[in-house]
Amino acid sequence: MRLFSLFVKVTTAIGGSVGVATFLVMLSGATTFHATTLHAKENTRLVLTGSSTVAPLALEMAKRFEKSHPGVRIDVQTGGSSRGVADARAGRADIGMASRSLKQSESDLFSYTIALDGITIILNKDNPVKTLSNDQIRNIYTGNIKNWNQVGGRDTRITVVNKAEGRSTLELFLHHLALKNSDIKASVVIGDNQQGIKTVSGNPGAIGYVSVGAAEFEADYGTPIKLLPMGGVDATVETIKHRRFPLSRPLNFITKQKPHGMIEKFILFAQSTVVNDLIEEQYFVSLAVPLK
Amino acid sequence: MNKSVSQTKDIDWWFGMALSLLMGVAALLLLLIIVFLTNEAWPVLQGGSWAQFFNADGWYPLENKLGLLPMLWATLAVSFGALILALPLGLGSAIFIEYYAPKFIGKPFSSVVTLLAGIPSVVFGLWGLTKLVPLINNIHPPGASLLAAVLVLALMILPTITLTSRSALSSLPSHLLQNSAALALSKKSMIIGVLIPSALRGIIGGVLLALVRAVGETMAVLMVAGNVVQTPTGLFDPVRVLTANIALEMAYATDNHRAALFASGLLLMILVFCVAWIASRLSSGETNGYD
Repeated sequence: MRLFSLFVKVTTAIGGSVGVATFLVMLSGATTFHATTLHAKENTRLVLTGSSTVAPLALEMAKRFEKSHPGVRIDVQTGGSSRGVADARAGRADIGMASRSLKQSESDLFSYTIALDGITIILNKDNPVKTLSNDQIRNIYTGNIKNWNQVGGRDTRITVVNKAEGRSTLELFLHHLALKNSDIKASVVIGDNQQGIKTVSGNPGAIGYVSVGAAEFEADYGTPIKLLPMGGVDATVETIKHRRFPLSRPLNFITKQKPHGMIEKFILFAQSTVVNDLIEEQYFVSLAVPLK
Repeated sequence: MNKSVSQTKDIDWWFGMALSLLMGVAALLLLLIIVFLTNEAWPVLQGGSWAQFFNADGWYPLENKLGLLPMLWATLAVSFGALILALPLGLGSAIFIEYYAPKFIGKPFSSVVTLLAGIPSVVFGLWGLTKLVPLINNIHPPGASLLAAVLVLALMILPTITLTSRSALSSLPSHLLQNSAALALSKKSMIIGVLIPSALRGIIGGVLLALVRAVGETMAVLMVAGNVVQTPTGLFDPVRVLTANIALEMAYATDNHRAALFASGLLLMILVFCVAWIASRLSSGETNGYD
């Protein structure tokens, strides 16, 4: 009986961590997304693999596509841009997803841009600094510059806000500045864009980088942040759309052959204005609307 | 007569069976979770490669550096820090409600505490991120820090400690009170000398529950702790706890990175086991007949 009561006690104590474990169980399913339909008239199945930046967007597009095309089933799996390209080439996937342009060595494949992704540096609105060069940003993020007065600001310590490992924004940022994540001396590490914006808006000495779409939206609604221009180009959705903004990249669908049938239909669907709201929801920039 | 006795026995037997079945399901779930975690974490555990968790140079999964030790220390520092703050406050409140407060204060006060227990953690996190962190930032940047996490967590586990201590105190047999009164003990020495020692098992149980909640808390800590992977050396250091590590990176992790996050979950589980084991040892050493 004593043994039993001890067991119950331990089980109760474990209860707290069961929450965490359930969370894990939920997430473990997250690498393979399924969007199923009720009707199965024709059994067409499309497999998409690749970039974890593109995958959530592709999944939303797939759900909407399946609604209007009963019987089509689209599987979206993540695994990085390289896997997307490799799978498309090897025929393991009908469409590969990549958050970069094709390299020289991959020019035998076909690439279709469905949206653009751009990130920019944000500062608190009270910070008088108006622009930073790439070198200054690099030195701030590696801890060589610790005070805003070294780059023409007030005498305030710099709070460096970095992204958690695995995020595509981090990858793009590191790539742009030619840094490794272990070079960065961060004061705060954040998860999503919102948390970054909240951190920077609450701290006059903070510097961070987030998706341009998210930052522009928040700044328009009065959140005390400002978006710095990069390389002399203003950080706006418009400059990304014109492909003038340096810290941006295309989100691509990759195919081995010139697409036909259902594959072609889905790519055209993903490039049409029908999915604009989905693209904007993920703070990416759509190319489908004619430029103003 | 005989028949009805055997019927009662029968019912008891079935009732016992049903209960043990339910307990079996709970135990099986726990076992399955452990098996699942170990299975998912296996790629980074096999062949002694788990040693890297304790001697790797930091946590940079994309560069294959998988050190979990700084986050283990941070988890312990945040949890025990919160406990040190919340224990005197919670126990004090419990004693106040139980023995000192007049009814018209004690009642509303205890319902406020109950309400505090029901506030979702993300609300505490949001408050911490938008109010507490900027405040600490004025004293010592960056604000998001061990201190912020300790303060927010202390607030979160305070009601747990208050409510469990109070129920431990109020379930003490009334002859304890009567005997102490007969000995003409002052209220203070009655509480410290008789009542608290008698209720110690219940109080320790509550503290354990609070500690486990602190170890497992994710959202609020994620929002205020700064999440920089480093061994904490001061109250103003930003730190990352194990739960926050999982929540921050799981959605974007692949391969060994992903396996290492499951290993963080396993480590968390082991930590909770240890806390539970220590607490069961502690409370069984303090047996005194009233529990």
